[in-house]
Amino acid sequence: MTLTLELNAVTRSYGRIKAVDGISFSAGPGEVIALVGHNGAGKTTLMKLMLGLARPSAGSIAVLGQDPAAGDAAVRRRLGYLPETVSFHPALTGRETLRFYARLKRGRPGEEGALLERLGLTHAADRRIGTYSKGMRQRLGLAQAMIGTPAVLLLDEPTTGLDPELRQQFYVIVREMRAAGATVLLSSHALNELEGHIDRVVILNRGHKIADGSLDALRHIARLPARLRLRTAQGGAQDLRAWMGETARFRHVNGDIVEFDATPGDKAAFLRRLATAGAPFEDIDIVPPGFDELYAHFLGEEASR
Amino acid sequence: MKTVFLLASKEVREGSRNRWVVAATGLLAALALTLTFLGSAPTGTVGAHPLDVVVISLASLTIFIVPLIALLISHDAIVGEIERGTMMLLLSYPVRRRQVLLGKFLGHIAILAFATCIGYGLAGAVLAVGGQAADAASWAAFLTMTASSVLLGAVFVAIGYLVSVLVSDRGTAGGIAVAVWLLFVVLYDMALLGLLVADQGRFVNGGVLAALLLFNPADSYRLLNLTGSDGIAAASGMAGTVRDAAPPPAVLLAALAVWVAAPMALAALAFSRREL
Repeated sequence: MTLTLELNAVTRSYGRIKAVDGISFSAGPGEVIALVGHNGAGKTTLMKLMLGLARPSAGSIAVLGQDPAAGDAAVRRRLGYLPETVSFHPALTGRETLRFYARLKRGRPGEEGALLERLGLTHAADRRIGTYSKGMRQRLGLAQAMIGTPAVLLLDEPTTGLDPELRQQFYVIVREMRAAGATVLLSSHALNELEGHIDRVVILNRGHKIADGSLDALRHIARLPARLRLRTAQGGAQDLRAWMGETARFRHVNGDIVEFDATPGDKAAFLRRLATAGAPFEDIDIVPPGFDELYAHFLGEEASR
Repeated sequence: MKTVFLLASKEVREGSRNRWVVAATGLLAALALTLTFLGSAPTGTVGAHPLDVVVISLASLTIFIVPLIALLISHDAIVGEIERGTMMLLLSYPVRRRQVLLGKFLGHIAILAFATCIGYGLAGAVLAVGGQAADAASWAAFLTMTASSVLLGAVFVAIGYLVSVLVSDRGTAGGIAVAVWLLFVVLYDMALLGLLVADQGRFVNGGVLAALLLFNPADSYRLLNLTGSDGIAAASGMAGTVRDAAPPPAVLLAALAVWVAAPMALAALAFSRREL
């Protein structure tokens, strides 16, 4: 498999501050990767480096096999980018703007119409962008990133400003781009919404990479407890506790709901006990650790190091 | 080349949408027409042709107005797009930075040329319809004045880009643009005058003065238009020794061309090194 993105010990310093410090990772076609971190963790700098708008102080980057700073036109045509705060000239219409970008990229004639349609902007295509809502501008930004069916998509905070419905539409488009063989790199801090939409997560903190892997793999490494929530018959919480015998780790949510945190090992043992006859509960929910908790875990680990 | 043309036409479209074109054309037309009607009144029997008077007064006014318009549309061109975030997006496309600069330049020059040709052309048309016959030399001077006004605009557009590429925010660019305008249009000539008075003709002879005038594009433009034809030189008080000492038109045009090329080249160099 040929890699579409390759970063090798990339460092970028501004004065004495290292915005990006020794980051390596790579990605292949059909991979969706989330770049996650606080503001100032180095996400945008990393995007700029991959776009060739900034040069690394040390290390090397290859995008589609080329150094992005060389500005090779053939590579640029296969690259889509959505900036964090996308802005267009307010006096031009959506169609005019998209046509301009499509021509710059030598897109197919009429491609702008198809993209406007796909992102549900046809009704507003001939209105000035000044009249667009934030969500519409974001969709127009996404439309320009998709011109020419790019092989690499770099999306900086793509879902900010989108309402939940549009957010779902956005992830449908990401899935389609992935199916077409594109590498999609998106940065975000809305972690929980990423679940189920991405193949891999790269967690950044102050310019360092602190974790890299699929969500499942990271959960496995972190060994965070899952939350088990048991519901009993009316007022049965006391009985349940008596039956369980271990009172210390239980939390009463109310009269008939009891929760406790179980590490992966505990969980299996506990479920086996629950399966025996006579366990005084009616329903059980198992909540795996969320992305937010996972992120907090890795950050905490980094801080204690 | 196609890319440069695309960028230029987008610049023209944006300019016409946000009324830069209308404002500049309206301003130049209003001034040109005012001068035409005022300027053709008092000539009487002095012998100066109304068209020559209009060329002299329009050229003098152009020196103030056109650089101002040019700096207004250009100082923001690069730094403004960087601040709004549109430059990062544009540069992620298969576009070279010098193409961005050149495309903007052509677009802005097209806007200026349109405004100048319409504005001054209207004045010329009024004079022609007014029925006062003018000789070919006067019309040639009028055309030279119109064309060189666009060239003067190009000089200040180029200087505006250089400022825009070098500074980090729009406010600074605006401040420096005003300073540049003051320097070339007002202060340079005052300083030169002061120098001449203080020097009393000991070191600054005609040749040195001519060279010093070439260092200011506004002065090159002035000399080009006021010493261009016999009638105009006589009417503007530039005949005789002054006219003999002035550099020939080709040198003046070359000076203006250098004033376009040098800031553009410096701006391209600075832009290619700038990180976003």
